[in-house]
Amino acid sequence: MPGVINYWPLLGVAVVVIGFTLRRNPVLVVVTAGLVSGLCAGIPLPDLLALLGRTFVENRVLLLFLLTLPVIGLLEHFGLRERARTWIASFRGLTLARFQITYLGLRQLLSMAGLIDIAGHAQTVRPLIAPMSESAAEGGRGPLTDSQRDRVRASAAAVENVGRFFGEDVFVAFGAVLLIQGFYARNGIVLEPLSISLWALPTAIAAFLIHSVRVRLLQRRIDRERRLIGKDGATNAPR
Amino acid sequence: MLRVEYLYWLVGAFLIAAAWFNLRERRFSMAAFWLILSGPFVFGDLVLAAVQRNEALPAQFMGGGVVALGLLAARGGLRSKADTPAEHEQRERSAARIGNRLFAPALAIPVLTLALFFAGRHLSLNGMPLLDPKALTLTSLGLASLLALVGAVRVTRARPLHSIVEGRRLLDSLGWAVLLPMILATLGGVFAATGVGETIAALTSAVIPIDSRMACLLAFALGMVLFTIIMGNAFAAFPVMMAGIGLPLLVLRHGADPAILGAIGMLTGYCGTLLTPMAANFNIVPAVLLELPDQYGVIRSQIPTALALMVVNVALMALLVFR
Repeated sequence: MPGVINYWPLLGVAVVVIGFTLRRNPVLVVVTAGLVSGLCAGIPLPDLLALLGRTFVENRVLLLFLLTLPVIGLLEHFGLRERARTWIASFRGLTLARFQITYLGLRQLLSMAGLIDIAGHAQTVRPLIAPMSESAAEGGRGPLTDSQRDRVRASAAAVENVGRFFGEDVFVAFGAVLLIQGFYARNGIVLEPLSISLWALPTAIAAFLIHSVRVRLLQRRIDRERRLIGKDGATNAPR
Repeated sequence: MLRVEYLYWLVGAFLIAAAWFNLRERRFSMAAFWLILSGPFVFGDLVLAAVQRNEALPAQFMGGGVVALGLLAARGGLRSKADTPAEHEQRERSAARIGNRLFAPALAIPVLTLALFFAGRHLSLNGMPLLDPKALTLTSLGLASLLALVGAVRVTRARPLHSIVEGRRLLDSLGWAVLLPMILATLGGVFAATGVGETIAALTSAVIPIDSRMACLLAFALGMVLFTIIMGNAFAAFPVMMAGIGLPLLVLRHGADPAILGAIGMLTGYCGTLLTPMAANFNIVPAVLLELPDQYGVIRSQIPTALALMVVNVALMALLVFR
């Protein structure tokens, strides 16, 4: 039926939105959404299962990072995270903001040079960046509260994401740039990859500035909380 | 030649080992979960080859496995065991004993990946390239992980098998979160096959005043963000929003500069990536890895940055694309 759009597959999107809002198990939500969307589009169940299976296999590259788990697990068992903390603590004057902003800048530069998968949450953030951030935030003045520690950790993950995302598009051979160029080429507009990737620079700079300010604000807030608690004479008070 | 397929087999073997450990501890649903997940890694090439030959059955089996994984994931909660004081003390002691040498194998993963990536074109064995030139990044990462493992075993003087035990501990604590990136990419494939993207683009272009270039630009930018939030991936959003609004309305009708629109439009989509649980490998997996009590903790800390950057991107496009 040309010209008539079947709106029912959109129910799959609704399943995703509702499922995530109700905090149902994400894997189950996503599988259900795929089945709903496919059946609403009129795909017979056997074909739908084959489609699910094929795309699942085709995307197995996303789990190749599991090969790093034995290395990281072994090193963690022998105290990698503890060592990362003590090592950072030995630098006097290294604050949370200085540490995370340095990592943000470094991560953006690495991404821009095409070294996009050089760092990651499993292999760098969990064993190194997060414990180092905690240690820098403590600054030798005793442990953080649970809430402070969680915010510092979340910020470590955010720094990794922002640094990675807003650096990679400056690299000419990156998939996104080639995707943009390929889209235009199919529609008769010929562009040089470099002319696309250079226009990612203004946003990259804005991302660095905005996120640096936010890391600084986080540190200010944590420092203030710690001073207040110090005055009350209660250490590590629950919030 | 080191093909990616060999590395997939290694991942499969690791998952089977994890299933075996769980089976011995009588944690049956966890064991079944890892065993099913090992399927795509052990049989992946066979399944894809069968699809090429128009045999649907292996892929259908895999699809059934996907549904089973969803049901198993819903049963088992995530458990990250806090360590006992004894474990903590043992780690502090060995950290003090081994010292900074602990960093070497961890840093070796990125450094060796890089070195192998650049040297990979020139490394050969009996005239055959050592690393698959078509998948150089992945084979470099895989080989670097294996070399780093050798280094880690030497530095810690642990038994080599101990690394599997510890790797499995990490894998179990990641639990179903490990599967999310793959399953979401699968959903992206289903959405693409059912035309969800085109429908949304058609809906948006039906309600905006197409004569106003600012209205078109805003619809394009918001559409990129919204669609990225739904799909979890700006790459999936880009062709859809471009075909629906970007190319016909902004470039062809209002004369927008395609290079600038493409580059900054894509980065506007990235703001959506910072906001969505659908981008699980960036937003949900780290929340589990870092043992945050709130699975949306990482997203929460990214919201202000994402919104501010979105405004910056729209302003940049408004200033630059209509020159």
